[in-house]
Amino acid sequence: MEEQVIEKKDIKSWIEGLFADYEVYAPVLDEKKGKVYKKVESTEDINLEFLNSKNSPKDIYFPQTERLFSFSRKDEMGLIPPHMDDKKKIVFGIRPCDAMAFTMLDKVFVSGENNDFYFIKRSENTLTIGIGCIKPDSTCFCKVVGGEPSSEEGLDILLIDTGKEYVAEPVTDKGKSLIEGSSFFKEATPENIRLKEEAITNANEKIQEFDISGLKERLDRGFDLPVWAKIHEKCVGCGICTFLCPTCHCFDILDEEGKEYGERIRIWDSCQFPLFTKHASGANPRPTGKERMRQRIMHKFKYFVENNDIFACVGCGRCVKYCPVNLDIREVLKSLAGDGGGKS
Amino acid sequence: MKNPYLPFSARVDRVKIETEDNNIKSFDFILLNKSDEDAFTYLPGQFAEVSVFGKGEAPFGMASSPTESGYLKFSINKVGVVTEALHNLEEGEIVGIRGPLGNHYPLDEFEGKDVVIVGGGFAFTTLRSLLIYMQKSRDKYKDITVIYGARSPGLLLYRDELEKWQNQDDLKMHITVDKGDESWNGLVGFVPNVTKDAAPSSENAYVIVCGPPIMIKFTIPVLTELGFTPDRIILSLEMRMKCGIGMCGRCNIGSKYVCKDGPVFTLEELRKLPDEY
Repeated sequence: MEEQVIEKKDIKSWIEGLFADYEVYAPVLDEKKGKVYKKVESTEDINLEFLNSKNSPKDIYFPQTERLFSFSRKDEMGLIPPHMDDKKKIVFGIRPCDAMAFTMLDKVFVSGENNDFYFIKRSENTLTIGIGCIKPDSTCFCKVVGGEPSSEEGLDILLIDTGKEYVAEPVTDKGKSLIEGSSFFKEATPENIRLKEEAITNANEKIQEFDISGLKERLDRGFDLPVWAKIHEKCVGCGICTFLCPTCHCFDILDEEGKEYGERIRIWDSCQFPLFTKHASGANPRPTGKERMRQRIMHKFKYFVENNDIFACVGCGRCVKYCPVNLDIREVLKSLAGDGGGKS
Repeated sequence: MKNPYLPFSARVDRVKIETEDNNIKSFDFILLNKSDEDAFTYLPGQFAEVSVFGKGEAPFGMASSPTESGYLKFSINKVGVVTEALHNLEEGEIVGIRGPLGNHYPLDEFEGKDVVIVGGGFAFTTLRSLLIYMQKSRDKYKDITVIYGARSPGLLLYRDELEKWQNQDDLKMHITVDKGDESWNGLVGFVPNVTKDAAPSSENAYVIVCGPPIMIKFTIPVLTELGFTPDRIILSLEMRMKCGIGMCGRCNIGSKYVCKDGPVFTLEELRKLPDEY
């Protein structure tokens, strides 16, 4: 299928028509949380005036807390998993970096050998309609870690804002059929295509880049670099970087106990917390901020790469933007890739 | 689709206090459903997450051998919330068991070779599993040597079985304590020294070492001296774990997850990983 065009004024009507068959998740302005991805009941709630949301949309597939099952104290045999419906979903308005992050979460939760029931139930039957970034944020660095403001990775449809219209690129067959069934789309003209290319080129020129070509070699020898002792020093261990990160997936499992019944829940956890790895015996393989910071960086840029051939970072910049002490992962990477890591 | 977080239900069949300080109890659990029992096929070295509903779950290596059918044995040290709750269980109560998880000792590799088992303290659990497993097909292995130490005679696990094994002439048992008492007439000394004295041959042999870090630290040089190469020295690691299937993110050493790539590693494999365990 060739590229298609939809007028901006029609976009909400198009989404409106999808409500019948899909649950629609889209960016909304939440009074307390700011821009977040939520299930919307009306297209009026959708808010596309933003660069990216504060919270990543990972919670659509992997909620911050979720019940794994409940159990009754009276009927000790009965473990009741939550009801998970098979309703088809659309995630609309997602940024390419976050869509790419979904593909990384897939690698963690769907390995073939071990499959996360809850993640799969939430993510299967889901279509992603992304909007390319024509105006990257000052904290964005997706190109450095293998992404692009108009990357199609993890998307079913990519929309590029060309002013009055969106040029729609159907990426997958599922995406194609969504467009084919709609009268709001028409074939893109050469002028539409030109505007699209221009927008993409513009964004690619604007987004910051820096060289991390030496990173692998540094990290391969990098466990004992002196830099680890330095970079964690101003970190207060709040964990916000991991909670906002679209690829961070660590969690805790714990029981909540009531008189007659209880629940086993899972809840996001963070490698930046001291109890994360602390054994019941008191031993802790990552006892200080130094080891915990090293784990975060090494996991994203070495360990995950060894297991999955890809960085566990999409360059969304949330950890840079929202860190309370301005700990900037870009500076860490630059310093590691260069000679700032110190001699090992 | 299989849900890996749903445990099997099991009944506490038997509880036995193992050590004189009452801190370690062995639990025999019986899976309630026959189909679960069929699904729970394991080998020595593997572990499972044991739940006390309302308190949580924690990982423990199976102390029973798959050749002992009908029950799963875990020997559990009372040290935290879940283990305390386990220690309060009585026979007949219901727990959850999720597993088997992790890899196992490389049993195929052991065939036709000498096998040396070195254990310390309450880390003898999966070594018991291994020892019983190997005895079921004793012909497959050559000499089996066991070096096992605890701080005092009352802290040795499985004392009845140790006594039985000591009287068998197809096992070379070296049971030692750091400090004896009036009833003790066995070896006195630390595991590394006893290993040195026992001097098991490294020729065509594997050694499996399980114990507290300090014991491992001093035993490895002894084994190296005896000629055991890092690929023939097998260790089993412990880490804080939650999911047990490589997702929750806390038990990794470098790019390896102790829960799914381990808990059994050769010393050669471990030496390639960062020193963070």
